[in-house]
Amino acid sequence: MEKVKENMEVILDAKDLEYRELNEKIHKILNENPNVKKIILKNVLGQRFIGNGIQKKGLIIEIYGVPGGDLGMFMNGPTIIVHGNTDHAPGNTMDDGKIIIHGSGGDVTGHSMRGGKIFVRGNVGYRSGIHMKEYKDKFPVLVVGRTAKDFLGEYMAGGIIVVLNIDNKGNDLGKIKGKMIGTGIHGGSIYIRGKIDESQLGVAADIKEFTEEDRKRITPYIEEFCKEFGLSDELKNKLINSEYTKIAPISKRPFGKLYTPDLR
Amino acid sequence: MCGIIGFMSRKKRLISGDRIAIALDSLKERGNGQGSGYVGYGIYPKFKDSYAIHVFLDNVPNYDEIREKVKNTLEKYGYVLKDEEIPTKEGILEKEHIPWRFFYDFDEKYRDIEEDTMVKIVMEINDKIDGAFVFSSGKNLGVFKASGWPMEVAKFYKLNEYKGYMWLSHARYPTNTRGWWGGAHPFNLLNWSVVHNGEITSYGTNKRYVESFGYKCRMLTDTEVVAYIFDLLIRKHKLPVEYALNAISPKFWKEIDNMPEEERKIHEAIRMTYGGATLNGPFAIIVGTHEGMMFMNGDIEKESAMVGLTDRIKLRPLVAAEKDDLAFVSSEEAAIRKICPELDKVWMPDAGMPVIARIEK
Repeated sequence: MEKVKENMEVILDAKDLEYRELNEKIHKILNENPNVKKIILKNVLGQRFIGNGIQKKGLIIEIYGVPGGDLGMFMNGPTIIVHGNTDHAPGNTMDDGKIIIHGSGGDVTGHSMRGGKIFVRGNVGYRSGIHMKEYKDKFPVLVVGRTAKDFLGEYMAGGIIVVLNIDNKGNDLGKIKGKMIGTGIHGGSIYIRGKIDESQLGVAADIKEFTEEDRKRITPYIEEFCKEFGLSDELKNKLINSEYTKIAPISKRPFGKLYTPDLR
Repeated sequence: MCGIIGFMSRKKRLISGDRIAIALDSLKERGNGQGSGYVGYGIYPKFKDSYAIHVFLDNVPNYDEIREKVKNTLEKYGYVLKDEEIPTKEGILEKEHIPWRFFYDFDEKYRDIEEDTMVKIVMEINDKIDGAFVFSSGKNLGVFKASGWPMEVAKFYKLNEYKGYMWLSHARYPTNTRGWWGGAHPFNLLNWSVVHNGEITSYGTNKRYVESFGYKCRMLTDTEVVAYIFDLLIRKHKLPVEYALNAISPKFWKEIDNMPEEERKIHEAIRMTYGGATLNGPFAIIVGTHEGMMFMNGDIEKESAMVGLTDRIKLRPLVAAEKDDLAFVSSEEAAIRKICPELDKVWMPDAGMPVIARIEK
């Protein structure tokens, strides 16, 4: 095991480690060094469950490579920075903290998130933001730099998803391809930079007017996104002042009468 | 569940089977050790124009008799050039079956119909000979599969001793049917090989459909039928590959309604004619072939190709990547980077849209 340095930083080589071994090592470091501030994981390749259930505000886990599924699941507090792509479900049922992905997120990014923030510079896969939910001060946020595949915000019950629709250089990516957006959505809102047709929406989703109130709501998250990825002020201003399509639920209980249409 | 990965060299560079084993081993969390398998294309250069028929014989004291029955069936239509037990390493797996291989040529009089005859032979053996299952029947390719973890199966079959330009593989997590050697993937018929992550909820419909054309599903699991659908649609019915893949993972009626007239008619026709070939349920598949395929633009591909495809609403993962002459398709990016850390391009294919890698001309 690498020694904890003066500045409370630990470097761990994950090469050829099984996910259990790697995660046990991470937990051992945390148990033995309550003051550790940063864990740097090198050569990560496919190891699942990194950062699961860790409750530690201020801790940074920096990952070089491609972590496996369920990154930061149930996590409460830490910041995970990924220099690479992630597999399925980063931020699964995350409670609080931040996940910053410099590459792309896999399918179901932000699955059932109940708090915290996820910033993805690249794309996210199918069903991202599925089942996101909010309760009182718990409010999950997912911001995507490029685009999202179909079923974005499926069964979404709370929080915010913002899709910026820009390429790696900040240029507009043009018409959004996603289909079935917000299928079954009954809470929260999805903001997509650019125009969306009604035909791209899923059942229960509706296009609402994008107001100045909405712009105010998403501005801090766009600012934070730009700060995390070092984007220029010019680009930041462009993103803040762009037109977005707001997608929100038609009603709170879209399927209330699915099986009992005759009952009142 | 289940992990799949395949790669091909578009320059037909021969690559050792230990590479695919290392990649599949990194997906073992997606399986449960109840079935792993590989198929290599280009592995039998000495017999490249003959059929390589891999058969599981029940490991019983009189397995010789079963083997003779298989041999007699083959010899009705042609000549066995060589037959032997597929070399295996002892002490790794419990040998439930004895894997045997025949290198085989048809008699002159069957030359024009040899593929149809081979299909008939495979179905006859699997249906009629107790204790024998053909699990590989193409030319210059071979399937190696068993109940076990990816590395166990690779070591059991000494995969490092084979070299191929295309390899597909699968780590199984049996869900609806029990794990057994014949139920491991890939499933092969002639030059078609299929590995599959997911479940085919339309299996009953698909099985009835292909059985009406003489195929017999005898492997006690759903994926088998996919290999037969590919053979039927692309080899027998000569559908352009894009249409065949559309039949398997069709467009929604809502999308079809919004298409331009001509395209709409084609897609309507595909859905109506090939409803029985539609795979319902979640799936990600990789298909390998050197059967020859026709493309919509009129191109005819006589050489090998690798196709990756998911169901149209993407209920199973699939990632594609490229590096120089290598094309990859996998359940997870990490498995690709395990054997090829630096990639030129990595992407997530759209649901229901095929990724097709072809040999460079």
